[in-house]
Amino acid sequence: MSILKESLKFIKKYSMVIALAVVFLLFAILTGGRLLYPQNLSNLLLQNAYVLVMACGMLLCILTGGNIDLSVGSTVCLIGAIAAQMLAGTSLHPVLIILICLLLSGIIGVWQGFWIGNIHIPPFICTLAGMFLFRGLGRAILDSKTVAISNKTFLNIFASYINVPGLDGEVKWSAFIVGIIISVFLIVNTIRSRANKAKKGYKQASAVSEFGKMAVIDALILYYTWKLSHYKGIPVMALWVLAIVFLYAFITSKTAFGRYFYAVGGNEKATKLSGINTERVYFLAYTSMSLLAGLSGLLMAARIGSVNGDTGNSFEMDAIGSCFIGGASAYGGSGTVPGIMVGAILLGVINQGMSIIGLNNNWQYVVKGAVLLIAVIFDVVSNHKTGKAG
Amino acid sequence: MTDFILEMKNITKEFPSVKALDQVNLQVKRGEIHALVGENGAGKSTLMNVLSGIYPYGTYTGDIVYNGELCQFKTLHDSESNGIVIIHQELALIPELSIGENMFLGNERKGKFGIDWDRTYHEAEAHMRQVGLKEDATTLIKDIGTGKQQLVEIAKALSKNVKLLILDEPTSSLNEEDSRMLLDLLLSFKKESGMTSIIISHKLNEIAYVADKITVLRDGTTIETIDNSEHNIDEARIIRGMVGRELSDRYPEREHNVSDKVGMEVKNWTVHHPLYPERKVVNDVSFHVNRGEIVGFSGLQGAGRTELAMSIFGHSYGTDISGALFIDGQQKELKTVRSAIEAGLAYVTEDRKGNGLILTESIAKNNTMARLEKVCHRGIIDVDKENAVAEEYKERLSTKTPTVQQNVGNLSGGNQQKVLLSKWMFADPEVLILDEPTRGIDVGAKYEIYCIMNDLVAQGKSVIMISSEMPELLGMCDRIYVMNEGNMVAEMPAAEATQEKIMAAILQSDKNK
Repeated sequence: MSILKESLKFIKKYSMVIALAVVFLLFAILTGGRLLYPQNLSNLLLQNAYVLVMACGMLLCILTGGNIDLSVGSTVCLIGAIAAQMLAGTSLHPVLIILICLLLSGIIGVWQGFWIGNIHIPPFICTLAGMFLFRGLGRAILDSKTVAISNKTFLNIFASYINVPGLDGEVKWSAFIVGIIISVFLIVNTIRSRANKAKKGYKQASAVSEFGKMAVIDALILYYTWKLSHYKGIPVMALWVLAIVFLYAFITSKTAFGRYFYAVGGNEKATKLSGINTERVYFLAYTSMSLLAGLSGLLMAARIGSVNGDTGNSFEMDAIGSCFIGGASAYGGSGTVPGIMVGAILLGVINQGMSIIGLNNNWQYVVKGAVLLIAVIFDVVSNHKTGKAG
Repeated sequence: MTDFILEMKNITKEFPSVKALDQVNLQVKRGEIHALVGENGAGKSTLMNVLSGIYPYGTYTGDIVYNGELCQFKTLHDSESNGIVIIHQELALIPELSIGENMFLGNERKGKFGIDWDRTYHEAEAHMRQVGLKEDATTLIKDIGTGKQQLVEIAKALSKNVKLLILDEPTSSLNEEDSRMLLDLLLSFKKESGMTSIIISHKLNEIAYVADKITVLRDGTTIETIDNSEHNIDEARIIRGMVGRELSDRYPEREHNVSDKVGMEVKNWTVHHPLYPERKVVNDVSFHVNRGEIVGFSGLQGAGRTELAMSIFGHSYGTDISGALFIDGQQKELKTVRSAIEAGLAYVTEDRKGNGLILTESIAKNNTMARLEKVCHRGIIDVDKENAVAEEYKERLSTKTPTVQQNVGNLSGGNQQKVLLSKWMFADPEVLILDEPTRGIDVGAKYEIYCIMNDLVAQGKSVIMISSEMPELLGMCDRIYVMNEGNMVAEMPAAEATQEKIMAAILQSDKNK
């Protein structure tokens, strides 16, 4: 009885991780193992880099109360267009161009954050307007053409692979070594945090579950870096993604600043009466969202090597979908970065798997829609959420 | 044989982790007013939910005999069609719809094509007359006060042809005047049409006044049914049944050590309504509270007490606020809540669910919210320290919860109130404003809250207590201010104050206008 109860609790807690594992295995079998080829695993990350990055920003918006940002796909296009045109038309240094583009996306964010946070324009409407505005501006800047990017420095910053001379030959050992270092770091960190808690006499989780979890994560890291080392090594884009993901995971779980997003989504009036500037919370949620959308625009432009008027089309839906599949509440106040990463990767595996099988594009939409709905239904039913908070 | 309209026999209802009702029996005679009392979590609401079909037949064991028939209600609709109507504590009216629309919501008066609006409003007004509500049936719910909204609920019940009316804490958000009116209405229904009602309430004086029989529940079991046909029952008698022991003092003893030092002083404070700036909600009010003193604020609903408190607390209510505020003798301009907290003020709201707590978050996270930086190091939260803080307050206020990771929404009202108090005590204020700190919580928890207040003043802090329950103000405070319609109308030492004096001050000020 108690074993059954425990395992039910486990399934409930890790439902999305289990779903991801099942879907992954399913596609591994359906594709006859092709999904597990080093190249495909590497692409899984690269093709979804923009989703992973934008889902982090979208999480902050959703946390404030289920608010979404519809304009991010258009921002990707606009910033990509500006970068492409500047690279083609000016002789500025690529790093300077990148900084200018990030600054511009920050300004877009301030623009939206101001209307939403300080003037209280409903986010849905404000960002819908942004969606048209920035798409139009992007197309105007591109002059309805496709602009190619050939600047080597720019491409290297976002879309190259790490190659350590002397070490990396046929097999890129550097990738696997990084994997080992991260794994060891995780082990040391777990032991240290347990020792620290024991010393201060705080409660700690059972050793079996904590070390078990760590072992699974370590195994996955080693497996993945092993596969990477047999393709082209560690993609630079992965570092960008990891940096953003770690930064946002840290902000949302460890900092006071991050806590405020959950508080606003949980009960805005109570948060305000606790002396927290809620307007600023909204402002920063949308500012950071646009900044990340701008970064995604650069990543996207570098990966594809060109920008056109349809770049970034419906990207907002991927980011929003990842958040909800990953367990963020549609009413705000709950959701974690690790959760939405699982959501994003789940969507990515489904995309990639279906592409390898060669499923018709139209049907891919149907499957994605079904997965989103099932995930949210499962979440609502299993947590007995009764609609609005409380 | 006695004519019982309702007999509930050996009702047992279990939830996954807890037995909420254990062999509960309830017998209600036709035409009586039957009170159901008990501490929070005693199972009163659960019992009524079983009766009304919210917990459908089959999810509980035991029999419900209504009008001599064994009933098996599966939905709320089943019980309503038999004339059992329940009015919940939180009113279920839609603010943006009219009184008439609300009254027939889900029960619309249909004409040949769609809704017959003439009939709707005509019938609505007939029912409104029955409850003595003088409003137009087309008035929107949001434009009438809580007292009148409660009347609309009753009129709505009448429109459903009610035989057995169940009221869950009907007066918890009403002032004394409106409460009395409501209770008299129930009495007149009993006399004129022989309507039976079951009333759940924490206010024992009201129960003594209105109920014929009182059934006491404790920990999910029936303790006793007390006869009150003479309407002269001693409140202590009821309390004994509820808590299982004699509670001789309802207000804990305290040494009155009021210091000469003024903790907070407010001079000529005026606040205008946020939406209608020409209306003064608080008009030229001055008061002070010393260190080590509990000062009470009495008044009817709408007297402007909450608005006064919130406008002081970092201008969180109202516009065009003028007046001077001194804390420890120093003049302060507190235009944001943050600055108010930093100046040593805390405002514990009357609306703990709406304005006070994040119900979907843990006790620990709620506990630190007003002063998160105290458990932070360079903006990074020390979660272990946060949990330790929450544990400390849990012990200190004896909050009943398995862990501090529990979501606040899962706690009972009394324990939620303790978490809210913890949150503001953690902010370490010098002046605490408690707005209705004991609303909707049971006698035992009230006593504990009073003890905490005494602790705070013993540490030399100043406490301002806004309350609509006069006995509580008289029992707890050193000094009492009386407000009416935005004006300060009286100030008196608690030792000299009586309910009559306070009411007289309010009535006098009404006359003077």
